[in-house]
Amino acid sequence: MSDVRVAGVGLTPFGNAPERTSRDLFGEASIAAFEDSGVPRDDVDALLYGNFMGELSEHQGHHGPLMAEAAGVRAPATRYESACASSGTAVRDAVMRLRNGEDDVILVGGAERMTNLGTAGATEALAIAADDLWEVRAGMTFPGAYALMAQAYFDEYGGEHEDLAHIAVKNHENALNNEKAQYQSAIEVSDVLEAPQVSSPLGLYDSCPISDGAAAVVLTSEEYAEEHGLEAPVSISGTGQGGDRMALHDREYLARSPAAREAGEEAYADAGVESADVDFAEVHDCFTIAEVLAIESLDLFPIGEGISAARDGRTTADGETPINLSGGLKAKGHPVGATGASQIAEVTKLLSGNHPNSEFVEDATTGVAHNAGGTVASATVHVLEVSE
Amino acid sequence: MSETDSETRDAGFDEWLDAAEEDRAYYLACPNDHGSLPPRRVCPDCGATELEELELPESGEIQTFTVTHVPTPAFEEDAPYATAIANFGPVRITGQVVGIGPADVETGLEVELEVTVSETTGERVLGFSPV
Repeated sequence: MSDVRVAGVGLTPFGNAPERTSRDLFGEASIAAFEDSGVPRDDVDALLYGNFMGELSEHQGHHGPLMAEAAGVRAPATRYESACASSGTAVRDAVMRLRNGEDDVILVGGAERMTNLGTAGATEALAIAADDLWEVRAGMTFPGAYALMAQAYFDEYGGEHEDLAHIAVKNHENALNNEKAQYQSAIEVSDVLEAPQVSSPLGLYDSCPISDGAAAVVLTSEEYAEEHGLEAPVSISGTGQGGDRMALHDREYLARSPAAREAGEEAYADAGVESADVDFAEVHDCFTIAEVLAIESLDLFPIGEGISAARDGRTTADGETPINLSGGLKAKGHPVGATGASQIAEVTKLLSGNHPNSEFVEDATTGVAHNAGGTVASATVHVLEVSE
Repeated sequence: MSETDSETRDAGFDEWLDAAEEDRAYYLACPNDHGSLPPRRVCPDCGATELEELELPESGEIQTFTVTHVPTPAFEEDAPYATAIANFGPVRITGQVVGIGPADVETGLEVELEVTVSETTGERVLGFSPV
């Protein structure tokens, strides 16, 4: 089977830009991705684009053709919506289309405009990724849902808020040199523990920020990359997707994410690697507890041990398996529809030595991107490898 | 809600809330004994389409909980409030814990259904109160 090459990546700064429309954001990210790739826009066969809350935040549906226009691409365009895993699912479909020979070049990405909604509005908009009848109408918010998982985890496997605080501290530390990150500021464990409560046991510093931003990635078939002499040393060698029941209360486990485990196992098998081969990962840490569930689901740490990994220095930049060297959603920011594609961009830059934190993974050959939607009712995992 | 202010009901869900208010809450059971909540035409576990309404056990046990301080606008006046997932046997349900201070909620607490209203919107909210 043909590999899929990452020819170019582009990101806007993630942060607070309430006045910027998603078409403006994606236009900027796509310019950067095309410049990075050296691929002409005319060669693009399709745009696959992730976005979650466009109807609510900017009264805009039907994003596909609008974003093709914004990117200067004359190609069929489709929007993917899987909550916070929207562009992860777009990347997965792009990989499959390139592999089966349907297309040679795909622009994949996503954008989200969120901060113009304000905190209450964004909280409401994010909540619709949960079951409206049975969860949202009972007052469950998104931080609340992850708090339910955090409390269940503490009860089942142990751990405490201070363990989670080390995850936030680590991810802020990693973002210090990332010029695209929303927060380039160090925090301490005490900051996390003393921050206002959002949904106990999670506080303000356990939560990713509300962000505006876009990510774009130019993917090509291996044949196209070779024919056109592209400098594209990183390939997406494995893709996987998992699903679970929508409402958290309908799940078999309250403190595990089987959808992510399913996605990870599928992606590892697809790439022909094992979890032990993974050098580092970008995982979906929308809340600190989410990083714990993610690294356990990816089998990077045994169930029940993910909670202490950051505190023990096992997932820090200089640890055995660095997690979220970009700063993660926690510090880099989480413009929902852009997140999955932005993780592909970060892993690519880390593997090719073009990332401010590449020095921590100099000899790495295998990186993983994990993108979760809702309370992980959707999950995609991608394995990226250095192929040249 | 006044008659002129007629909002469309959600079939299955609003009937369930009506039933819960009258102490006859139910769950949907398929021939293979899988429990689920309405509205539903197919068992999500096995795909069976013959679903029967069976009486929900009177009490459940809180399995996990959180106290929300930053709510959506629909619960602005209600915060802080406790939300929990309670196990009623055939099904688990998410609800707001009422009749007890948020700080007193704990895992293992035995609760029964109590349909309450949002202080913010006056809409019905599925709640749990300690037995």
